[in-house]
Amino acid sequence: MTTGVIGKPLPRVDGRAKVSGSARYAADFNQPGQVYAVIVSATVGLGRVTDIDSTAIEVMPGIIAVITHRNAPRLAYDEHKSYIDPAVGERLHVLQDDRVRFYGQPVAIVVADTLDRAERAAAALNIAYEAERPIVDPLERNVEPIVPEAATREGSWVHADSSRGDPDGALASAPAKLDEAYDIARENHNPMEPHATVAAWAGDRLTLWSKSQFVVNEQAEIAAIFGIPVANVQVICPFIGGAFGTSLRTWPHVTLAAMAARQVGRAVKLVLTRKQMFFTTGHRPRTLQRVALGAAPDGKLVSLIHEGSGETSRYEEFIEALTNASGYMYSCPNVRTEYRLRPLDIGTPNHMRGPGEASGIFALECAMDELAYALAIDPVELRRRNEPAIDEAENKPFSSRSLMKCYDVGSDRFGWANRTYEPRSMRDGRLLIGMGVASASYPAYQAPASARVRLRADGSAEVEVAASDMGPGTYTSMTQVAAEMLGLTLEQVHFRLGRSDYPPAPSHGGSWTMASVGSAIRAACLAVKTEAARRAVVDERSPVFGVAHEEVEWVDGRARRRGDAAPGPSYGELVTIAGAPIEAEASSGRDPEIAKRYSMHAFGAVFAEVAVDPDVGTIRVRRAVGAYGIGRVVNPRLARSQCTGGMIGGIGMALMERTVLDPRDGRPVNAHMADYLVPVNLDIPMLEAHFVEEVDPHVNPLGVKGLGEIALVGMAPAIANAVFHATGKRVRTLPIRIEDVLSV
Amino acid sequence: MTDREHIAGSSHPLPPSAISRRTVLQLAGGSASFAVIPGVSAQPAPAPGDPGKVLQRVRLIVNGEARELELDPRQSLLDLLRETLDLTGTKKGCNQGACGACTVLLNGRRVVSCLTLAAMHDGAEIVTIEGLAEGEELHPLQSAFIEHEGLQCGFCTPGQIMSGVACIAEGHAGSPEEIQFWMSGNICRCGAYPGIVAAMAEAAGAG
Repeated sequence: MTTGVIGKPLPRVDGRAKVSGSARYAADFNQPGQVYAVIVSATVGLGRVTDIDSTAIEVMPGIIAVITHRNAPRLAYDEHKSYIDPAVGERLHVLQDDRVRFYGQPVAIVVADTLDRAERAAAALNIAYEAERPIVDPLERNVEPIVPEAATREGSWVHADSSRGDPDGALASAPAKLDEAYDIARENHNPMEPHATVAAWAGDRLTLWSKSQFVVNEQAEIAAIFGIPVANVQVICPFIGGAFGTSLRTWPHVTLAAMAARQVGRAVKLVLTRKQMFFTTGHRPRTLQRVALGAAPDGKLVSLIHEGSGETSRYEEFIEALTNASGYMYSCPNVRTEYRLRPLDIGTPNHMRGPGEASGIFALECAMDELAYALAIDPVELRRRNEPAIDEAENKPFSSRSLMKCYDVGSDRFGWANRTYEPRSMRDGRLLIGMGVASASYPAYQAPASARVRLRADGSAEVEVAASDMGPGTYTSMTQVAAEMLGLTLEQVHFRLGRSDYPPAPSHGGSWTMASVGSAIRAACLAVKTEAARRAVVDERSPVFGVAHEEVEWVDGRARRRGDAAPGPSYGELVTIAGAPIEAEASSGRDPEIAKRYSMHAFGAVFAEVAVDPDVGTIRVRRAVGAYGIGRVVNPRLARSQCTGGMIGGIGMALMERTVLDPRDGRPVNAHMADYLVPVNLDIPMLEAHFVEEVDPHVNPLGVKGLGEIALVGMAPAIANAVFHATGKRVRTLPIRIEDVLSV
Repeated sequence: MTDREHIAGSSHPLPPSAISRRTVLQLAGGSASFAVIPGVSAQPAPAPGDPGKVLQRVRLIVNGEARELELDPRQSLLDLLRETLDLTGTKKGCNQGACGACTVLLNGRRVVSCLTLAAMHDGAEIVTIEGLAEGEELHPLQSAFIEHEGLQCGFCTPGQIMSGVACIAEGHAGSPEEIQFWMSGNICRCGAYPGIVAAMAEAAGAG
């Protein structure tokens, strides 16, 4: 049954709540009798807490508790590891010992009756440390790269090493070659909403109103940390004020909020300060990479070597797919990738929008542009000459791949033909103009998910999944899927998410929410229709009475015998007869056979134009066009907005974002929204996002590949390549700064 | 107000956030004495007789409703709204005056409420996102934000809209470029800027 709701550019169903201030985010759930907890963060980057003198602050007005490692309860910290946690290592156990592992680690919490009093007391708490000098720079001497253990395991999605052919030999004998190094700065997610948790205990049951992209994992993890049954923890998070990966894991502040609430016997609100958002809640790791390309004079790749390393903490091995795309992006007989980690005295990094691919493809695509110039070939043409027929790393066909179509559409919309090839050949007055291009890619994942659908007497349907919506429009797109599957209007579907007692969903990240949750909702809608048909065929008053339920079809929410014209009972009428809502729950996941047979990825081509002031080195992106093959687009209007938003994130990565650590103590020196630069309104040029027609019958029943990550991925290399075209200068570090191009 | 005139008349316009930074530097005016109504929600005003307390009596008109409060003079207008009055539509994004998520109207001007001490504004009229609609009818800029996809996660949205209402009233929404300039004190990390500009342009044109 198709009503055409999927694919319609509908406005978001949660728009009204968000423009009127009634959408409630974690810190908005004020509780009766609530008190306030403030974290005290370590001011040394490595060492031990030797003394904490809280006598002065304990007598300050309104102070209820000062909790440190000395008086904190010993928590169970039972074994818990989800796929979102590093497979190797153990999470930070908070306030369980005197060790300081990185700058900003929580060393105490102060609880008071008002926020101002808690903040004041927290700032006045006297802590003495025995400090050592941390190592926070991966380029410092003695930082030895290690092989990430998890990436050597069978079936891992990240490969420590991979190779085909003889890449080193082929590189040595290649007619054209380049061998370059890339350095991408640490970035912090910095969503507008700080991490926040309101915790309230009732006996041994805990409710957490908490910012989370993965409520069922937060539930399970907190239960494990406190050693209580999973069912005793409820996590509620109907809205997320942006996250980009930072709320995938459950960070120490959630534990601290729950600990404080139990300690003081009242509901506790704990919100991280913006500064604390740079300490304990993950970051895109700084990466160091080497890409070597060898090619024939016609541009055909003969060798591709991609080595990279990412920083991680001393206590966990965070891995991401830094080098994966180099295996399948282009056709090349001789390829080697190597991925390593550099443990430092920092908090564990975490996935940030386009994790792995955003950094790895930057290096690959900058190298491809450089190769194009080494061979005097148009950069788009170079990609065409290296377009593979299959995924040569996995030696299997793509379920669909529209990269060349993306280049067609993108080139056309951008006006690539008007570009002159030579660097420094285009000007607008005194400004140097550059146009650059890059490929983008991100895997089309799908994870197991479940959904519940309940048909009600008024003809409406309730749909429940423990999914999340950090902004892309999960509420809207899932409502569309359910409406289409059930033949109902959008108004008749009430979609709910963000509660851990709903049927479980995977983490809201990795661009797999539509594929995973959407497929589960589709399955649950089919199940509830089957259940409704079973009821209809045993009802004597029904026109389909006595018909085999498989013979019942649903048209616009009404049952009829297949082929009949007369409409039968509606869902609402069946529910009325049944006397209770008709409900079904179903799960879905990817057929493992499909994954064995096909390589599944989204692809895109990104074009950017920059203007560089030759006198002062300022770089502005003037316009950008992205064309993407992402399978079916459920809501083009929201998808376009999500996509241009990702492109803006890529502008930040290319030109602004960088968390700077003081090498003396590991302190992030720009932990402030005015100093950690992100794009503001005036930075943003005309942006276009196009989705090429792509039908993928394999990837999942909805045919969707996901969009959130790939939207960011190609932007930074397109900009870097445009900067080269404008200035003639290759910049292989991110962000590209004024001083990088000043000498032009 | 003098700040606004100063900015409007300057040949080098300051970004919107500069207004509130200046405001913070002003000295608190005298405050009249009013009967105290206890706070309505989670964070009560400190109890009388609390040792070490320094309270200040302040009368505010919030979304048209007169409120008489006894406040910790350190309390920001933002924390007053969110924690004492349970008006959680206004968001705390950075508490440093650098992101604009907490923007409200104070006597018709946009200010970042995180850098505005509530006790300094006795008698002031405050409008928050909750006070913008007329009953069920959204303000035209609220509707335009939905219509033009001026939001994704929605967290910066209350600040964007309050800032936008003032921006239009200031006469700073005459072109997309002008909107971009005068709305750059409000960060949107999702990157809904093109939609925000389109929504502002429509609402400004309609107004």
